[in-house]
Amino acid sequence: MATTQFLFWFLSVLAILAAIGVVATKNPIYGVLWLIVVFFCISGFYVLMNAQFLAIVNLIVYAGAIMVLFTFVVMFINLNEHPEIPKNIYVKAAGLIAGLCLMIVLIGALSTSAENNTKLAIGTTAGLIKSLGNVLFSEYVVPFEISSVLFLSAMIGAVIIGKREKEQAV
Amino acid sequence: MEIKWYIFLSIALFSIGVVGALTRRNSIIVFMCIELMLNSVNLLLVAFSKMHISTGGPAAFGAINAQIFVFFIMIVAAAEVSVGLAIIVMMYRNTKSIDINFLNRLKN
Repeated sequence: MATTQFLFWFLSVLAILAAIGVVATKNPIYGVLWLIVVFFCISGFYVLMNAQFLAIVNLIVYAGAIMVLFTFVVMFINLNEHPEIPKNIYVKAAGLIAGLCLMIVLIGALSTSAENNTKLAIGTTAGLIKSLGNVLFSEYVVPFEISSVLFLSAMIGAVIIGKREKEQAV
Repeated sequence: MEIKWYIFLSIALFSIGVVGALTRRNSIIVFMCIELMLNSVNLLLVAFSKMHISTGGPAAFGAINAQIFVFFIMIVAAAEVSVGLAIIVMMYRNTKSIDINFLNRLKN
């Protein structure tokens, strides 16, 4: 078995196990840790597909920034006072069946596609920082600038929503 | 690797995220499942971009745009997470709980 195939199967098993860990865990802090494992696996897939720029951005943005934010919120909220009330077992079973049906239908629909066996070539240079940067700063420079406005508005929104309101008589 | 394994892997991750979003009641875990779904779609976009680059032809010319789209999806997800977590913190402050069943009324 070639090295890339071995890495692919190893990473996919790890990713699916960690994703099940996110869903099944009781304590949200373990869920955050499992989700970080999933993000590292997905970065590994990006490296396997020679998309190094996205691998690094995924690690920095998701595993670095977003997960730190999640961890802060989990630590900020005291969950031990209010444990999660277990959901109705029928609702849980219905959710599980619905998700499995979605998976079966999608796999069944896509497994007979004609282009399924297209092999991904190794060693293309499209995902490297140089080629992506050329496209990003020539064709997509306006959306790139607009995204900074989006970040500013998200920051202002988060501050306004999270601001402690003045105590008012209810 | 053939493209189909990447498709099946993305479907599996997406379905796990759907199951989590449907069955859990802790709003932080529901939010994490949504992030999981976003990431599986990103993985699929990169796989298709790579497929079109590999096969050549007219589609290969624009295939790099998919990776730019993934970059923008990550940007929007980062903004979304900051606002969503602020909403969860505000909800905890008002109801002293992060159970999503307490979100069934918007007032009080």
